Amino acid sequence: MASEMNDKNDKRGRLENSISKAGNMSGQNQNNPSPGRRKVLKALAGLPVVGLLGLQVLRKTNYDNKHSLQRQLVDELGLSDLMSSVKPVTASEGETLRIGIAGFGVRGGQLAASLGFMEKSEFDKKSAAGSLDAHISQGNLNVAITGICDVFDLHAERGIAVAQHDIFTGGEIAKKHPVKRYMTFHDMLADKNIDAVIISTPDHHHAWMTTDAAKAGKHIYTEKAIIRREEEIEPLYKAVKSSNKVFQAGHQYPQNSVFQQAKEILDRGMLGDVSHLETTTNRNSEEGAWIRHLDSNGKPKPGDKKSIDWKQWLGNSSYVPFSTQRYYSWARYFDYDTGLYGQLFSHEYDAMNQLLGIGIPDTVVATGGQYYYTDFGDIPDVLHTNFEFPDKGYTLTYSANLTSSKFRPRSIYGKDAWMAVGGDLTVTPDGRSEKYGDMIKRGLVNPSAPMIEIKRGALTASAVDAVSSASTRYYEDRGLVSTNIGGRIWDVNHLHLKEWIDCIRNGGTPSANIEKAYEVGVTIAMADISYREKCRTKWDPVQRKIIRL
Amino acid sequence: MVSINNQKWQTGILVALRFLIGWHLLYEGLFKLLHPDWSSLGFLAESKWILSGFAEWIISNSSVLNIVDALNTWGLIAIGLGLILSLFTRIAAFAGTGLLLLYYLMNPPFIGMGHAIPLEGNYLIVNKTLIEAVAMLLFAIFPAAHCYGLDSLINKRKKN
Repeated sequence: MASEMNDKNDKRGRLENSISKAGNMSGQNQNNPSPGRRKVLKALAGLPVVGLLGLQVLRKTNYDNKHSLQRQLVDELGLSDLMSSVKPVTASEGETLRIGIAGFGVRGGQLAASLGFMEKSEFDKKSAAGSLDAHISQGNLNVAITGICDVFDLHAERGIAVAQHDIFTGGEIAKKHPVKRYMTFHDMLADKNIDAVIISTPDHHHAWMTTDAAKAGKHIYTEKAIIRREEEIEPLYKAVKSSNKVFQAGHQYPQNSVFQQAKEILDRGMLGDVSHLETTTNRNSEEGAWIRHLDSNGKPKPGDKKSIDWKQWLGNSSYVPFSTQRYYSWARYFDYDTGLYGQLFSHEYDAMNQLLGIGIPDTVVATGGQYYYTDFGDIPDVLHTNFEFPDKGYTLTYSANLTSSKFRPRSIYGKDAWMAVGGDLTVTPDGRSEKYGDMIKRGLVNPSAPMIEIKRGALTASAVDAVSSASTRYYEDRGLVSTNIGGRIWDVNHLHLKEWIDCIRNGGTPSANIEKAYEVGVTIAMADISYREKCRTKWDPVQRKIIRL
Repeated sequence: MVSINNQKWQTGILVALRFLIGWHLLYEGLFKLLHPDWSSLGFLAESKWILSGFAEWIISNSSVLNIVDALNTWGLIAIGLGLILSLFTRIAAFAGTGLLLLYYLMNPPFIGMGHAIPLEGNYLIVNKTLIEAVAMLLFAIFPAAHCYGLDSLINKRKKN
């Protein structure tokens, strides 16, 4: 055995020696020039290989350029200037704007973060995890949160702590401002040191707060949905219209660069005649279904009759004894919300309205039911609603499901192509399209694959941050969280607040203005009535009233 | 009849293998250089097994990701050129083996590690990346692999 090994080692040694010599020996018996020159030539043997590779790379690049389907497609569809439809983000300059926030729950905290304010502990934690790049690099809006109004002591205290933390956006540390807690919203409105209010309370307070804030001469940012009942919309509309203040509803999708490109594609008529607008919601978690009164250990979240001003929280809704379930899971109760319509459909409808200017539907019919989460509130888990626009020649559908998380994109169907538009955008030609028939025949486009595809470009991992809950994922997919403008990730909510603030400073009308908000509000009321009262609803544009059919 | 022990053939095949692997790595590097949109993000996001945490860290930080992309691109170009020209062949071979083993470990074809990126073949534990990584070690240990290359001149000078 040992001798065998030695034998092998010997052989290997001889082989290596002989191979190493081979280089020197090879070619020596040729009639080549001097051995020294030959060695140099041999040493340079790799150069022609590199040259050959270089030549092939050039050939391939030329070939790809000439035969690039993508380039031909961009030329034929005239898409080369599509990126220029995205507005660059400009700096926001002006006097410090003093903002009061009403309702400092989950959403209030998110909006404060989008303004540049974050709780110190949260800031430090995220900063250490390296996930604050996008937050820090967003511009300094030069605002101060100077007032907090919340009926829950814990939330109000958290709001004050957040407001007192220095702004770190734009690389600057802002001046400290005093922060005041107001026990009622009217106290906040009465304070002349508040220039603008953000309303992020449960939905049953949105309408009266917005109306009263407009009357008090404050600029207003109201979270969706701006109303819960039809009778709230006209007084709100009139109050906002007759004030000379800037109103923005919390429908932030138009700030997404993908939205701006989608609008450009639609304006160019690339889909052909549009017949169907499809909006959807699919979520499959208790959190996504707004069952949020328990913490991760299954214990009730904090809050009791002592720390929560329950009477003020109930507002005009009918009296019920204090309930943690109602306090945290209010979106499941028609007493405080319109459920899926107010929480999620409002974004969907606003997106379609901003893209196509659909206005208010002629008629609406809704069906569905509460079949799964039967122990919580009264909103449906499955909901299907049709909105007719006979003058425009299309139907909008909203199909929602709280027990399936299959992703269904927001879609627009045309005679020549269909578009999926959310965080990403695709446009796929229709196999029977006349407009693209020739291109399909030539193999330039294919009905089974998108001919235009715009990825959000944002690094999903950092955009969603470390916290990627089911509903965050949902919002990201629908383009409501982050976007890529000029190669940078932007927080869509930051841009939406910025648009509002820029209009306050420089004049102009924000995208989710009172006209658009009115249209979404009426449409939600039509759908809500149709579902709850089991009837078709019709809009009377002259009387500005909803008719039950 | 050519004997398989023929030294010329042994050298020739080693050198040919060096050219081929060098070509492959150099083109991978050049491709990335010529396509500025390219990023290792997709590959890293799919990372499984022991390096997945490392991959996540890279992609969670855009400046780190940019550095990794640049290192990868220029690393491949340098290794590819090193192998084809046989310039600092041993360093190039070890670096190449290291880099390819890193690719391998990022997404090893182990049982139960499903792959989201479509593959052109079927692999179990061993894949082409691993084979190429190990094959490159030949150039580090066989001096004959340095024939037809600039190292032979450098070595010659050193000897003189």
